Amino acid sequence: MRNTYRIEVFWRGGVDGRAVALLEQLTQLGIDTVNGTDVSNLYFLRGPLTPADVEQIATELLTDPVVEGYRWDIITVSKATTSEEQTIEVGFHPGVTDPVATHLYHRVALLGISGLEAVTTGTRYRFMGSITAEACHRIATELLCNDVIQTYTLGEMMPEFVPDAAPSDRVDVIPIRRLGDDALTRLSIERVLFLSLDELQAIQEAFEALDRDPTDVELETLAQTWSEHCLHKTFKSPITYRCTGGMPRAGKPQAMPKDGEEKIPGLLETYLQAATRQVAKPWVRSAFVDNAGIIDFDATYELSFKVETHNHPSALEPFGGANTGVGGVIRDVIGVSARPIAATDVLCFAPLDMPNVEVPSGTLHPRRIARGVVAGIEDYGNKMGIPTVSGAILYEDDYVANPLVYCGCVGIAPRGSHPRDPHPGDVIVVLGGRTGRDGLHGATFSSAELTHETGTTVGSVVQIGDPITEKAVMDAVVQARNEELYSAITDCGAGGFSSAVGEMGEQVGVDVDLQNVPLKYPGLRPWEIWLSEAQERMVLAVPEANLQRLGEICRIYDVEWTVIGRFTGDQQLRVRYGDQIVADLPMALVHEGWPRTTLEAVWDPPDLPAPQIGSETCLCAVLMQALAHPDVASKEEVIRRYDHEVQGATVVKPLVGRVNDGPSDAAVLKPLMTSGMQGFALGCGINPHYGRIDPYAMAWAAVDEALRNVVCVGADPEKVALLDNFCWGNPALPDRLGSLVRAAQGCYDAALAFAAPFISGKDSLNNEFVDAHGNKRTIPPTLLISSLGIVPDVRTTPTMDLKAAGNLIYLVGETRAELGGSLYHRLHGGLQGLPPAPVPDALQTFRALHHAIEHGLIRALHDLSEGGLAVTSAEMCIAGRLGLEITLSSMVRGPGVRDDATALFSESNTRFLVEVPPNKAGDFEAALTKLPWARLGRVIERPTLRICGLGDAVVLEANVDDLRRVWQSVEIV
Amino acid sequence: MSRPRVLILQATGTNRDGDTAFAVAQAGGIPVVLHVNQLRGKPSHLHAHQMLVLPGGFSYGDALGAGRLLAIDMRWLFEEALAAFVAKGKPVIGICNGFQALVKSGWLPGPPDGPARATLTRNVSNRFECRWVWLAANPDSPCVFTRDLSDPITCPVAHAEGRFVPRDEVALTRLQDAGQIALTYQALDGRDPSYPDNPNGSTADIAGICNDTGTILGLMPHPEDHVLPEQHPRRTRYEEGNLGLPLFTQGIRYAAGI
Repeated sequence: MRNTYRIEVFWRGGVDGRAVALLEQLTQLGIDTVNGTDVSNLYFLRGPLTPADVEQIATELLTDPVVEGYRWDIITVSKATTSEEQTIEVGFHPGVTDPVATHLYHRVALLGISGLEAVTTGTRYRFMGSITAEACHRIATELLCNDVIQTYTLGEMMPEFVPDAAPSDRVDVIPIRRLGDDALTRLSIERVLFLSLDELQAIQEAFEALDRDPTDVELETLAQTWSEHCLHKTFKSPITYRCTGGMPRAGKPQAMPKDGEEKIPGLLETYLQAATRQVAKPWVRSAFVDNAGIIDFDATYELSFKVETHNHPSALEPFGGANTGVGGVIRDVIGVSARPIAATDVLCFAPLDMPNVEVPSGTLHPRRIARGVVAGIEDYGNKMGIPTVSGAILYEDDYVANPLVYCGCVGIAPRGSHPRDPHPGDVIVVLGGRTGRDGLHGATFSSAELTHETGTTVGSVVQIGDPITEKAVMDAVVQARNEELYSAITDCGAGGFSSAVGEMGEQVGVDVDLQNVPLKYPGLRPWEIWLSEAQERMVLAVPEANLQRLGEICRIYDVEWTVIGRFTGDQQLRVRYGDQIVADLPMALVHEGWPRTTLEAVWDPPDLPAPQIGSETCLCAVLMQALAHPDVASKEEVIRRYDHEVQGATVVKPLVGRVNDGPSDAAVLKPLMTSGMQGFALGCGINPHYGRIDPYAMAWAAVDEALRNVVCVGADPEKVALLDNFCWGNPALPDRLGSLVRAAQGCYDAALAFAAPFISGKDSLNNEFVDAHGNKRTIPPTLLISSLGIVPDVRTTPTMDLKAAGNLIYLVGETRAELGGSLYHRLHGGLQGLPPAPVPDALQTFRALHHAIEHGLIRALHDLSEGGLAVTSAEMCIAGRLGLEITLSSMVRGPGVRDDATALFSESNTRFLVEVPPNKAGDFEAALTKLPWARLGRVIERPTLRICGLGDAVVLEANVDDLRRVWQSVEIV
Repeated sequence: MSRPRVLILQATGTNRDGDTAFAVAQAGGIPVVLHVNQLRGKPSHLHAHQMLVLPGGFSYGDALGAGRLLAIDMRWLFEEALAAFVAKGKPVIGICNGFQALVKSGWLPGPPDGPARATLTRNVSNRFECRWVWLAANPDSPCVFTRDLSDPITCPVAHAEGRFVPRDEVALTRLQDAGQIALTYQALDGRDPSYPDNPNGSTADIAGICNDTGTILGLMPHPEDHVLPEQHPRRTRYEEGNLGLPLFTQGIRYAAGI
């Protein structure tokens, strides 16, 4: 008989942190009649087990005898319908990745217990006090269960297992040649292809020429390969661009006549790749070609860096979306044969206190998204043992339906150890996770706009990661690389095998048999196997002679490996399922067959709300508001949930200062494996508010900030590589594309001015949401610039915390009346104004500061960004637990800076606040010859920030401890 | 004195093996990193080494509780070999996940055949936390790793399940009486440590314990991540010292003498 056993493991060890945290969350929901909760783990085992077996499993595998107890039962249908209003039980949908269940399944076999057929897990929540069924439903839907991956029951749940299924070899032929335009469009919608009519017609023509109709495998392959996500059509297509205003491009005063028209061959080529070519840094090893950009580190090692986004999945299932986002970018780095050594993350959410009525239906509340995303990053990065060292979190209303999750990863490898040359005859090996239905249509789905129904129609695209499988894959790949066992490698990301095998074999041709692919459960149709985006898989090209050794390595690290095909040399993409050929396409059609269309782009300067600023503003109160703004507030609560110390390389931590709570400008790492004292710094620049005014200014400011950050911690400004990540709206709309053009132009101009190459980039478009009423909402154009800079000697790096009373304080850089998009204006309800303008000779300032750092002239250094001089000086005081006395009247300033608020809160580019010991003042000033600088004051022992205004009277005086308390007591997750 | 061979035992999901190998080399040992699967069927490999380290990480993803599945591996794959290794007095240190495995397998507080006397469970804060802590060694402990350790150690913790809970008062008293509480969390200013000095809510601020003979040590914090002056979080404020390195140096010196 096929029994299902239910084992509940409950807590009996006194205070349980899980239960306490849940109670707090109930209070936040406004449910205050519950006075206690408890949380238990549930395990469901199906199979002919004996009571003794169940007892043994519970005691040996499931229960900690010191703090836990267990009870078990056989599930019967009648019992499972018991309704208990005081409890909620949550389980996974069948097929959702559940590593605990997988481990339990295998361990039971090792206990010598046979017959176990299936395992699934769940969680039981019990509430003490009075609570209605309605409140239980609310708790379940708003806190405990996401119906994209889970299901809940009030009372005892009935576990769901993956249904039994026979293997399927069913392949449909799609009679595309017969279809008219309407039918083509319908086909695209029904199969979730997200292909345009142009593209469908191109496919139609290609198959006319082949004199047959495509199989479902072929059609899906083309849809994936041609998706925006995989192909980046918008960045490769020609554009006709018009603009009607905005700041002139730096160095091009008469850039475009008003209402003129510009033909742009392609954003990627014209602006990003061109910049890298023209900057021509000899240390760039690979830019825009591989899975990650690569630069030289020293004579022995190279560094790779990639930043990805995982926005759409994170909107639907925040934990799984962010989790697999981290996993995906780590695989990009493994995919250039490197060992991952650092992770970064930049997150954009709607404000956490957004009222429920403002959250569109079909969208999760920002608080829930933020918590899930942070937990997902924590889970993957920590378990992989990769330190998460750098990042930012921003909050803005328009991220409500489209949160942004940028995940980055840095890797290290011996120079030149990444092979990229699959040979005919090499076998195709898949390494790591098994293939399931998870993530079908991920590539096409992430290339489309979200709607209020997306969660229900494409729920299968969202997955949970399994970091330990990826960790094992990473160890095996590094070992295989060291032994030179493979001739090419890539990761399985969006588009699954279709994309990975298709791209790897582009120049050679491949022959794959899908019947060999190891599956999580039977029943997948061939196209599903080919398209699945199941996580934690790498694809390698391996000379046959090396297979045995590869197998030995995989056995050591517990990695499953399978030969699924061969590289052929005939330039065909051929896919079989056993004896049946299910796809047979020329590589040229797959990779080059997509129709190029000229896109329309227009940029008009926008009308923006003006800030409402009273005349009697108290600057101290404004500073407090700035510090209490979640963009500026301490991110310590999040940073500490990421392991930023593992691998022993983090020499400048994300938190610095007297009690390790100051916000470091950037992290510095010195890998244990490298010799000497050279390290590298990771920074980032991002400010969507400037982008609302002018994306060109935003791009410059982001590049300037990304460079400032790493220069602050000692990076050599001549050795900084940049990454671009564009998150935009629908590029088919000319205004969205127009702003993208302006941002790309800003990237190009800034990269040239700073002589900093782009080595990698990615775009995530269609970040739009259509609600139930058809209203469209888009994100502000958001450009993230990430920076990777070489630090010649990590022992010379300063940090941003004030060090000692009596030291002098300098402001380097010119302050101009640039409050457009600033935090100061946002605090006053408007954006309008001049955004920070480019500083074309900023590199000279960076060089001078670097020289001063190398000569030990600087004790503390912090850049000025959001909140300007006021916030920077407050942060330095807080981090050092010291005071400052400064006077604004001596600052180098533009003609528009006539009041203290502008002087304190302007966000002009290329500015730094610097602490210098008096005996180094002469040398420091000499280092800054011909550059804008001023001595503003000094560090004092008394913990007070005291600022004299342009008229020399005291305009702001605040106790540093008060500033700290405000800055540290903001809800950020 | 020859340099002892120190076995750093990896399991799938272990991730501080590299940091640990570096610390061992820095302390004068020869680090040998092996995967548990390489001991499968060949437990005698253990005896080619003078010291054993179970490093930090997430063995088996902490599925079914941190350290539990690795503890089962230890019992099934090389229990006898490990018992012989310990019986010879060869030192064993488990850090973070390694400590969890030593506790879940019963080697700590020991003896492994009795009922569990203590556990490591979820932090009171209910979250993973990475932060630097201060550790003081118990001068009355028989622990061979903390012997002659007079300066406090500062190093990071990075865990979600590091709260040390003895089974009951009796178990705690027994640990105290036998000097098995080798390391405790400290507050810098001499106050009784509270959160976050004690980062996880451990009973009696226990950061590390040893077995009754002092040759097996387990601790939650990561001394292997503070073995170089550059790793100090306040190096730019000219703070230095209080390295975690002496724990390894002491253990390796002891191992070399066996």
